[in-house]
Parts: sequence; C-alpha cells; structure tokens
Amino acid sequence: MKEAEITVIGAGPAGLSAAIEAAKYGANVEIIDENALPGGQLFKQIHKFFGSKEHYAGTRGYDIGRKLLSEAENLKVVIKLNTVAFGVFDKNKIGLFDQKDILISKPKKIIIATGASENPLAFPGWTLPGVMGAGAVQTMINIHRVLPGKKVLMVGAGNVGLIVSYQLLQAGADVVAIVEAMPKIGGYFVHAAKVLRMGVPILTSHTIIEAKGEKEVESATIAALDQNWNLIKGSEKELDVDLICIAVGLKPEADLCRMLNCEFTYVPFLGGRIPLHNEDMETTIPGVYVAGDVSGVEEASVAIEEGRIAGISAAESLGYISEEESEKERMKCKNRLKAFRIGPFGSPRQEGKNKVFEEYKRRTKNVK
Amino acid sequence: MLNEQTILNKVKTSPGYPSKERFFKGPVAVIECPEEIPCNPCEEACPFGAIKVGEPITNLPMLIEDKCIGCGKCIANCPGLAIFLVNLNYSKDEATISIPYEFIPLPDVGEEVDVLNREGKFVCKGKVIKVNKGEDHTWVITVSIPKEFFEVARNIKPLK
Ligand SMILES: Cc1cc2nc3c(=O)[nH]c(=O)nc-3n(C[C@H](O)[C@H](O)[C@H](O)COP(=O)(O)OP(=O)(O)OC[C@H]3O[C@@H](n4cnc5c(N)ncnc54)[C@H](O)[C@@H]3O)c2cc1C
Ligand code: SF4
Ligand code: SF4
Repeated sequence: MKEAEITVIGAGPAGLSAAIEAAKYGANVEIIDENALPGGQLFKQIHKFFGSKEHYAGTRGYDIGRKLLSEAENLKVVIKLNTVAFGVFDKNKIGLFDQKDILISKPKKIIIATGASENPLAFPGWTLPGVMGAGAVQTMINIHRVLPGKKVLMVGAGNVGLIVSYQLLQAGADVVAIVEAMPKIGGYFVHAAKVLRMGVPILTSHTIIEAKGEKEVESATIAALDQNWNLIKGSEKELDVDLICIAVGLKPEADLCRMLNCEFTYVPFLGGRIPLHNEDMETTIPGVYVAGDVSGVEEASVAIEEGRIAGISAAESLGYISEEESEKERMKCKNRLKAFRIGPFGSPRQEGKNKVFEEYKRRTKNVK
Repeated sequence: MLNEQTILNKVKTSPGYPSKERFFKGPVAVIECPEEIPCNPCEEACPFGAIKVGEPITNLPMLIEDKCIGCGKCIANCPGLAIFLVNLNYSKDEATISIPYEFIPLPDVGEEVDVLNREGKFVCKGKVIKVNKGEDHTWVITVSIPKEFFEVARNIKPLK
C-alpha cells in the first residue's frame, strides 16, 4: 500500500469531509479514529439535523454519517478504526496504537479533526454511579440501547442538554427537570419547546448542589441562584432521581495541537482555548490543519464546511489543484459558513472566529 | 421564563403564525419557529411554495398563508418539530390539530388521548382521527378537539 500523503485524525463530519475533498483531487488519504465506528458524534444522533440542503438538513445524524462514510470509501480513503493517535512528534510523525501494535505514520500533511470533549461539573456526590456526562448517556440509549436511569435530572439547557432530554423521553425515561444556571435557556427555542410540551420543567437560574445515595444516585438537591450566582437560602429542593446527566458544555479536544506546539488563543464562546488557524484552516505549524469542533465548538454543518476547506487546502499544498481553483472552491464553503454565522446564535461565533484569524495573522507575522 | 403564555406570545408575533382570518378559512400550517437559526428544510418541503426562508438561511420562516392548502407535508419535514396543522372547519364544534410525533407505541385511530398544551399540561380529551407515516420515522397524528382549544393544544400525552 502506498503511504498516505495526508493523515486525517478523527472520522467525525469534519474529518470525513476533509478526507473526501482531498481524495477527490487525487491525494492519498488515510483517516484514523479511536472508535469502532466512524462518524464521530453523528452516530449517536438519532434526531434530524438543522441546516440547509447542502448540509443534509432534515436528515438524521446517523444517516449523514453513513452518507459521508460511503463517499469516503468510494474515493478509496483508507479508514483505520480502533486506532488512537496518541502523539505527534517532529512535526509529522504520528504515533498510532491499534490495540495491538504501535505504528508510526509519516504523512506530508496532517489534518486534526478530533472534535470536542465534555466539561465536567464537580459537586458533592458527583463521583456516585448514576452521575454521567450527556455524551455517555446518548451513547448508551441510542447505540447500546440501555437505559441508564428511569428518573433523570438534566443539568444544562444548551442544545445538548435539551436534545438528550428529548431522547431520554423517547427511550422511556422520565425527565424530572432540567436545571440551567444561566438566567435563560442556552439552546434553540424549538428544542426547548419540544421538551416543554412533554411536560419537562426547565428551571433557569437553578443548579445542582448535591447528589445523594448509598451506593448510587438516589436523589439530587437543586437550588435557585440570584443575579450574582449566589445560592438563595431556603430554595433547596430534593428531587427523587436515579440519573443525573451533565451537559454543561464542550471544549476543543486539542491535545495533539498542543504537542505540536501550535499557538492558541482564548475564546470562551467557542469553548475555551482554540488552536490558532487562518481562514484556510492551517494552524501556526505549516502543513498542519484543523477542522470542526477542535477549531472551536460549533455544529456539524460548520464541521463539514471547515473539513472541506482543510481538505482543499491540503490538496492544494501538495500540488493537486491550482491556487486559483482551490480559492474558488474554498470560497463556496466560506460563503456558506458566513451564512451560518449570523443571528443571535451565529454572530458571537463569527466574532470568535474573527478573533482567531486576526490573532493568527498577528502571531505568524511576528515569527517571520 | 418559557411557559404556555410566553411561548404563545412569542410564536404569535412571528411570521410563521397564521392570521385569525386565515385560521377560519380552513386547514393551515402553524409554524412555531421564532428564532433566527440556520435552518430551512421547511421551505423546500412545501410543494406549494407557501413557506419562505430565503437568504440568509437564518431568516425566520414565513408562512404565505394564501398559498397554504393545509396538506400537512411540512410537518414531518421540520427537524425542529415546530410545525403543526390546525383545521378549524373540521365540524361544527370541533377542530383538529396535527402534530409531529416520535414516540412509541403509536395511538390507534379512534383512540381517546389526553391533549396537552405547550408546557405539557392537560388541556382536554381528544380523539385520534389519523395516524400517518410522515417523513423518515416521524409520524403525524391528527386529533379532534373542542374548537375553543385550537390555539393551545399542541401535543398528546404519550401512551405507555
Ligand atoms: C446531543 C448533540 C446534538 C447535536 N445536534 C446537532 C444538530 O442538530 N446539528 C448540527 O449541525 N450539529 C449538532 N451537534 C454538533 C455536532 O455533532 C458536532 O459539532 C460535530 O459532530 C463536530 O464534528 P467533528 O468532526 O469536529 O467532531 P466529532 O464528531 O466529535 O468527531 C471527532 C472524532 O475524532 C476521534 N478522535 C478524537 N481524538 C482522537 C485521537 N487522538 N485518535 C483517534 N481518534 C480521535 C473521536 O473518536 C471522534 O470520532 C450536536 C452535538 C451533540 C452532542
Ligand atoms: S400545509 Fe402543505 S401547503 Fe401548507 S405550508 Fe405545509 S406543506 Fe405547504
Ligand atoms: S424546518 Fe422547522 S426548525 Fe427549520 S426553519 Fe423551518 S420551521 Fe424552523
């Protein structure tokens, strides 16, 4: 087998889209993913996605994953599953472990599309069995078909908290309440409306203060918060639940970028520390690209477009397409990205991205 | 705080909500999507061009009420489960509501169900008139209810 010219790490929507674009122009591409199933977040998402036709809107997450996967397979992208990229050395040596052997991949270009990881939340009792992250709950109910609890408290009313609450209801659980520390719901109105009309109360300015139980969760204590985020004395309430599901945000899974000494900046609205990159998705290390949630936590539709851009840029740098053509193709993706980043949810993300691009320009100029 | 009243106020003033006069003319789509999110499958789903989002994609979906014939095709095509159908002319005393539904078991035609409002509270009893297979695993359930509840009835209590 010919050695891969481009190694994509992470087979979510960003990684698959990047691989598809680069392979389309003739590059030799491999994708690495530590999971047994390709598709990243998509495979546990049984709901229909938002977005436009170009982003498979109205299609359920797992079907989008299947479509991207078969496109990649048709283009002869090599997909290595159950393989973790544990490190990157000397700018282009990727250490891989396939559960048997340690392998080294030495591609010419690297695309990092490792997604995001969940933020934990610590409170008394948080280590009891029955306190779980929303991602794990979603994997259990939608992939393994196991209901981890019957009476649930959801912590966090962002889109993840709202969607996973709805999926818990579909799986037959009773969602007792959703608590949200912010004074307003963070997720989309339509997702909130969907759980509200199932009778699930969404308590804003409320938080969990304790999980109680002998060997596992038997109850959760919640309380109200005032404007200064202080607990309001006497507002404590104990809820009879056996599962506490934590959905308090995601942060970029950027360890590989750190090992490569990529430069970072801090953008709270995109999930915290973000590896700097330009509009063509190249990091401060030439030949290393990022795409999707690792470059700022947004959505699958954005991950797909950013993946496409990274794939085109990598193919261009290997000489598979002219600068002119790649600029034309990238422009299409960039225009769609712009359209996504308007409105009350989108514009703060555009501002965040602009900060990343500007910071990139400033720092790469200083280097030269 | 989102409750029946605040949600109703919010959706009523959005461009997807039919006018009072249009409601009285017969079956019509009710689009309850009042926030600028990047989404537009409803626009393409309507065969009669009665829903417009346009560009940018974050525009609110607008119902062009004269073009809507109340076919109900948009209901199961909305990923936000935000489109309903109301028919105020079903009979002398009754209206029907059609809702997107993604729970099992499905109710049977003729079955009596609890009808709920936008915060899941009991509104009235209703009778299932139709159970249609919609797009990609989303079902559309049509229930008859006393006319006076047409503006609050938006869900049915799932069967166990
Ligand atoms: C509940 C929920 C609902 C959502 N709903 C929507 C929606 O309706 N519409 C929408 O557009 N978006 C939605 N999203 C967001 C969307 O799923 C993500 O933004 C998107 O999946 C990000 O894609 P990605 O390719 O960047 O990362 P991911 O999908 O997270 O993929 C990253 C992949 O990288 C692999 N990986 C990570 N590190 C390594 C390593 N070191 N070695 C090997 N492999 C590694 C992981 O195993 C994973 O498979 C939702 C997310 C959640 C959690
Ligand atoms: S009910 Fe039919 S005609 Fe009316 S908006 Fe929906 S799809 Fe179009
Ligand atoms: S498809 Fe549904 S959620 Fe999307 S814009 Fe249309 S009405 Fe809103």
